[in-house]
Amino acid sequence: MSLMLEVKNLYKNYGSVEILKDINVAIEQGDFLVLVGPSGCGKSTLLNCIAGLEQITAGDVVIGGQNMTDVSPKDRDIAMVFQSYALYPTMSVAKNITFGMKVRGVDADTQQKKLNEVAKQLQMEPLLNRKPGQLSGGQRQRVAMGRALVRDPKLFLFDEPLSNLDAKLRVEMRTEIKRLHLDLGATMVYVTHDQIEAMTLATKIVVLKDGIIQQIGSPAEIYNNPKNLFVADFMGSPAMNLIPATAVSKPTGTEIKISRANGDPLVLMDKTKLDLPENVIVGLRPEDIAEAGYRAGKGVQTATCMVDIVEPAGADTYVMTHLGGNEVTARLHAETQAKPGQPLDFAFDLGKVSYFDPETGSRLN
Amino acid sequence: MTDFSINPTGRKQGRFGQIALRWSLYLILCLFALYYLMPLFVMLTTSLKSLEEIRTGSLLSLPRNITFEAWSTAWSKACTGIQCEGLRPYFWNSILLSIPAVAISTLIGALNGYVIAQWKFKGSNLIFSLMLFGCFIPFQVVLLPMARVLGILDLAGTIPGLIFVHVVYGIGFTTLFFRNYYVTIPQELVKAAKVDGAGFVRIFWSIFLPLSLPIVVVTVIWQFTQIWNDFLFGVSFSQAGTQPVTVALNNIVNSTTGVKEYNVDMAAAIIAAMPTLLVYVVAGKYFIRGLTAGSVKG
Repeated sequence: MSLMLEVKNLYKNYGSVEILKDINVAIEQGDFLVLVGPSGCGKSTLLNCIAGLEQITAGDVVIGGQNMTDVSPKDRDIAMVFQSYALYPTMSVAKNITFGMKVRGVDADTQQKKLNEVAKQLQMEPLLNRKPGQLSGGQRQRVAMGRALVRDPKLFLFDEPLSNLDAKLRVEMRTEIKRLHLDLGATMVYVTHDQIEAMTLATKIVVLKDGIIQQIGSPAEIYNNPKNLFVADFMGSPAMNLIPATAVSKPTGTEIKISRANGDPLVLMDKTKLDLPENVIVGLRPEDIAEAGYRAGKGVQTATCMVDIVEPAGADTYVMTHLGGNEVTARLHAETQAKPGQPLDFAFDLGKVSYFDPETGSRLN
Repeated sequence: MTDFSINPTGRKQGRFGQIALRWSLYLILCLFALYYLMPLFVMLTTSLKSLEEIRTGSLLSLPRNITFEAWSTAWSKACTGIQCEGLRPYFWNSILLSIPAVAISTLIGALNGYVIAQWKFKGSNLIFSLMLFGCFIPFQVVLLPMARVLGILDLAGTIPGLIFVHVVYGIGFTTLFFRNYYVTIPQELVKAAKVDGAGFVRIFWSIFLPLSLPIVVVTVIWQFTQIWNDFLFGVSFSQAGTQPVTVALNNIVNSTTGVKEYNVDMAAAIIAAMPTLLVYVVAGKYFIRGLTAGSVKG
């Protein structure tokens, strides 16, 4: 597999403000790279830099083996889908899709042939003669996709393409984008602030914060082994429980002590070989805390805690309790009998636990 | 409806008060309309009367014998100084002057607005501010420097010279109009077109101009009215043979000796004002629409 996109030591400043700092990413042909982060983290700027719509301050952008750093967007062999769709309002759907080919002087027969292919692929043949103003949000989104597909580029760039759609349509289009990616085997770069979109679509995720890459990895890596507190907290819904605790080394393993409101600390034993400082933050996903008796495994330990709030969500029931001064969410089965204000036996599974340094926020295990 | 059953009398009084208010509003509006229409009425009736009738009748009375003689005199026989060819040649001058001046200033304004709104560069805001400043410079201030510039360019006293003056003076306004319109168009449109391979001119021509009808109408009306009605530049920078209609109208009214031919003056004034009236009637609908378009459309 060849590298399709390489971003090397990229810096981007606006005046004296550093927007992106030392960005290094590389993806292979067929990869689906998702840039995710809170708003203002620089993810859209990075996409614009890859597209060539923003001048970069330092570094290189290599697409398909060619250094494109100083090449204009039209010669980078890319296609882009925008958040506002950016359809040309005075042109019909067909003209919107063929505009790029027309500008490049592709002959009319080829234009028509490609238009028909794409229209069929996206099931929008009946819309071809309409103007963007006469289309619904989902249809506009489809046309914007068609305009990118028809170009058959080396690289597809998506700038939060689903954020203007309602919740139901967003999920549908997400699946559709995933299917397109599988069918075409194309290389895509996708910007979103929605971590679920990132998890479901990506083959590789870049988590950004304040213009600095926090972690690069597959969705599973990012989810199971977050490199720092920011990634742990940002990825996953409900968020990972981050509980302050003290660690004491014992011959059989490490004892993790978590203080509780009633003064009687919760003590868990991690038998894997660890070398932890005294103060740590324990990261446990809600699904790693279950009701006792419903979870079996090597690292599972049970303890009784007071239930604060019960939130049934259909397939699961989320139960909140207090540990180490923080609210902790547990993901229980739907039929749980947990009631607010009553004690319940929880099962803690330390098989996928993360430990973080409270000072630096970085991962310890 | 529930109000009505609870307190019928109060409701009725409220309704009566509302109707009275509404009708007094109409009355006041009608009075204003009459007030503003009065000069036009006097001009029109006077232009259709004979001199004899003007002398004997009242200013407000309708003409007893309608005659179009004053109109034909004003058009082709009235004297503007020594020549007695009426308004016709000057009317033609005004057309030759205003059409290119309107077209050029609108096009330049559109290009300027496009650059300032969508292709920002270092200092583009400063340039826009300076152009805005140009809108507030009084005509009188630029007369002498402009005369000098026209002299250097060898355009003094010619119609191209007048066109030049009006284009320069109009760019501030036309740029303002187009910039404010184009700034409402999302920048992603330009980005999308860039990725599609279109350049500066192509994006302007294929994407922005087709979107611009409302603001083009506004600009054309504004510029046409300004340029057609202009007197000061016309009288300062023209010579015999290149004077616009406004200057000729002034000459007809001021250079007659003996009896004042009010009917000819009035007919000439109406003829001179006709094109701007026509433009408003034909395109007025778009004018209002265009002025509000930027604020409503996202």
